[in-house]
Amino acid sequence: MTALRKLSFDAVVIGGGGAGMRASLQMAQSGFKTACLTKVFPTRSHTVSAQGGITCAIASADPNDDWRWHMYDTVKGSDYIGDQDAIEYMCSVGPEAVFELEHMGLPFSRFENGRIYQRPFGGQSKDFGHGGQAARTCAAADRTGHALLHTLFQNNVKHDTTFLNEWFAVDLVRNQDGVVVGVIAIEIETGEVVFVESKATVLATGGAGRIYASTTNAHINTGDGIGMALRAGYPMQDMEMWQFHPTGIYGAGTLVTEGCRGEGGYLINKDGERFMERYAPNAKDLAGRDVVARSMMTEILEGRGCGEQGDHVFLKLDHLGKDILHSRLPGITELSKTFAHVDPVSAPIPVVPTCHYMMGGLPTNIHGQAIMQVDGEDQVIPGLYACGEAACVSVHGANRLGGNSLLDLVVFGRAAGLFIEEQLQQGIEYRAASEDDVDRAMGRLNALDTNENGEDTATLKRELQNCMQNYFGVFRDGEFMKKGRDELTGLGERIANLSITDKSKAFNTARMEALELQNLFEVAESTAISADERTESRGAHSRRDFPVRDDATWLCHSLYDPTTKSLSKRGVNFTPKTVETFEPKERTY
Amino acid sequence: MLVSVYRYNPETDREPYMQNVDVSLPEGKDLMVLDVLNLIKEKDQSLSYRRSCREGVCGSDGMNMNGKNGLACITPVSEVVKNGKLVVRPLPGLPVVRDLVVDMAIFYKQYQRVKPYLQNSSPASGRERLQSPEERAKLDGLYECILCACCSTSCPSFWWNPEKFVGPAGLLQAYRFLADSRDEATDERLSELDDPFSVFRCRGIMNCVSVCPKGLNPTKAIGHIRDMLLSRAT
Repeated sequence: MTALRKLSFDAVVIGGGGAGMRASLQMAQSGFKTACLTKVFPTRSHTVSAQGGITCAIASADPNDDWRWHMYDTVKGSDYIGDQDAIEYMCSVGPEAVFELEHMGLPFSRFENGRIYQRPFGGQSKDFGHGGQAARTCAAADRTGHALLHTLFQNNVKHDTTFLNEWFAVDLVRNQDGVVVGVIAIEIETGEVVFVESKATVLATGGAGRIYASTTNAHINTGDGIGMALRAGYPMQDMEMWQFHPTGIYGAGTLVTEGCRGEGGYLINKDGERFMERYAPNAKDLAGRDVVARSMMTEILEGRGCGEQGDHVFLKLDHLGKDILHSRLPGITELSKTFAHVDPVSAPIPVVPTCHYMMGGLPTNIHGQAIMQVDGEDQVIPGLYACGEAACVSVHGANRLGGNSLLDLVVFGRAAGLFIEEQLQQGIEYRAASEDDVDRAMGRLNALDTNENGEDTATLKRELQNCMQNYFGVFRDGEFMKKGRDELTGLGERIANLSITDKSKAFNTARMEALELQNLFEVAESTAISADERTESRGAHSRRDFPVRDDATWLCHSLYDPTTKSLSKRGVNFTPKTVETFEPKERTY
Repeated sequence: MLVSVYRYNPETDREPYMQNVDVSLPEGKDLMVLDVLNLIKEKDQSLSYRRSCREGVCGSDGMNMNGKNGLACITPVSEVVKNGKLVVRPLPGLPVVRDLVVDMAIFYKQYQRVKPYLQNSSPASGRERLQSPEERAKLDGLYECILCACCSTSCPSFWWNPEKFVGPAGLLQAYRFLADSRDEATDERLSELDDPFSVFRCRGIMNCVSVCPKGLNPTKAIGHIRDMLLSRAT
């Protein structure tokens, strides 16, 4: 074994986005030796791109708002495979977590009375769907993610969190008892490989939207935590559930917030028709994202798309007027000019459904503890935690509501922090790792570094992204997905055989991109198998060959086992603690 | 198009050099500079640069393009190319780690020095602290900073005194908290800036304003801090 430098922490959080920094903040402010290990400087994390806001029943826009209404919306939005205990926790604890952010300094927009501004978002209702559209999304203009991420970074600075900035996590270290004892990481600037040992390892590595060719996600969203967990043999839940955001800018993929429609914007086809009135007569443009994305694709496929190719639709905002656009949606105005060459004050923005969010992930309980199943029973994976997009608690089920991702990452980043704190106070110790354990975790990196004349990263990345885009997009079909799976099998062998021509140490981004591509492949493969094997349509998972939701067979989570590459089922929680169960019913908007 | 890109690998190069690369651009499409770098990297994986969001909000890819600092991901080639040539260099004034990657330690240190977090020791209610829309509007043009360092690395005063002069980015953040109606540490914040270097090394050159990719105005914020320091002294 190569002698690696070892760093030791009470807790190491992998990922410096919203979830990771909320977790690290929690533990750092209680005085535990906490490291936040992140491959980019924290404020470069993808949370920064969140625009519209954080949905939470803080009862500002409507003094009578109730977290139970938010819970109802979220359960319905999830197409009933969101876990009701977790959704209950998120919606009820949410206000406390959001007020904490405000106390930390987050510059929320305000109403005249000085309270936090809230805007309408898709899938929101009052009175359990009976009271019309709610306005429940707390916003800092259309830069809420930026404001939130910077606020969390600032407060971590205040509380002396140890940041391992620009460190790349390669693989988890497990000991012979199956305990996760830390992670192998590369300090990018020097190329040094280090064993970061910890009593608790938190995966807060975010999403993996880069498995698709067209995505709103940052270049860095490569599912590193998912890859690491799958290689360690841990299961993934609901990986077929990928959200396609209705409004990615056509051609560029950059996000245009749902807040545009919340503020009164709407979608039109080539005839200028507000087509969502046909698909969702009540909520119209503020139906669930899966519903809106499918409606748009249907318009395009039936020949009512816009532009020369008829391959997109328009988002109309000009009727809102310059003042609203500049005060409420300044970032969108900027992005639209840059990437669509359109000023929304005078012309509509060309948009198309674009991969946006991974509802699936590493299954956890509400304390962030990672879960696996042994003989059909849930079992906690000792030492391993997850929160944010990398985790599947699951509060989003088969379709996430807009504004719920920021709430998820704050509430469950915080919850994981609180729980680990409690564990540390009770006195958990470092668990030993043998040389073999560390060597095993080094295997992938060593293979990449010693491989000569292997495959090229950039080429295979494009092939992988095209494969996923072609066969596992908004609409899916069994025959098609079989082809996709075949292609993936071939790609898998080649991606295992990557090599790099640049073997230097200092800031070697070629090495990192190769390791990232292997993570993307793990995500893609679990997505493909889960999508092919869930033989129904639910939420974001829409199959032409199985167009109907099948509660008798599939009112459950899917659980992908990487060791056998097969799918099993895991029960959905239908037993919230303080409210009655929301029973599954037909989902219409 | 001819792209001249700054190269330096500390392990193999004794000194930096400019590498000329011929890049064939797709027709009818105005690529961003970041897209061009990605095309080069597909052929030569040894080129290193930072990038993340590719939409101008994460601040990773600040660099110098044909003499002007900016974000590669939102700078169209047509906007900067001169005589068919694109010259890409790292941000000036900071040590180069490799190629277009600079060591930003001193930049972050100056940011952290201004205690960039809300200070308010009054017990918080069970709800948010109230702030009127007018009070909140004072933070517009300040909180949007993405820490890309385009401003500070275009500032001659920062080049001269990076240890002592906070620089436009740090001072913009300092004012963001001075201007926040919820912050109670105005006096302490001003005391920590009250010396000949921290603020007053700003000579009003305004390079920061002309390069800021978010359209922010650090010089104006610095002016407000000066006013606060001066009116406090009298």
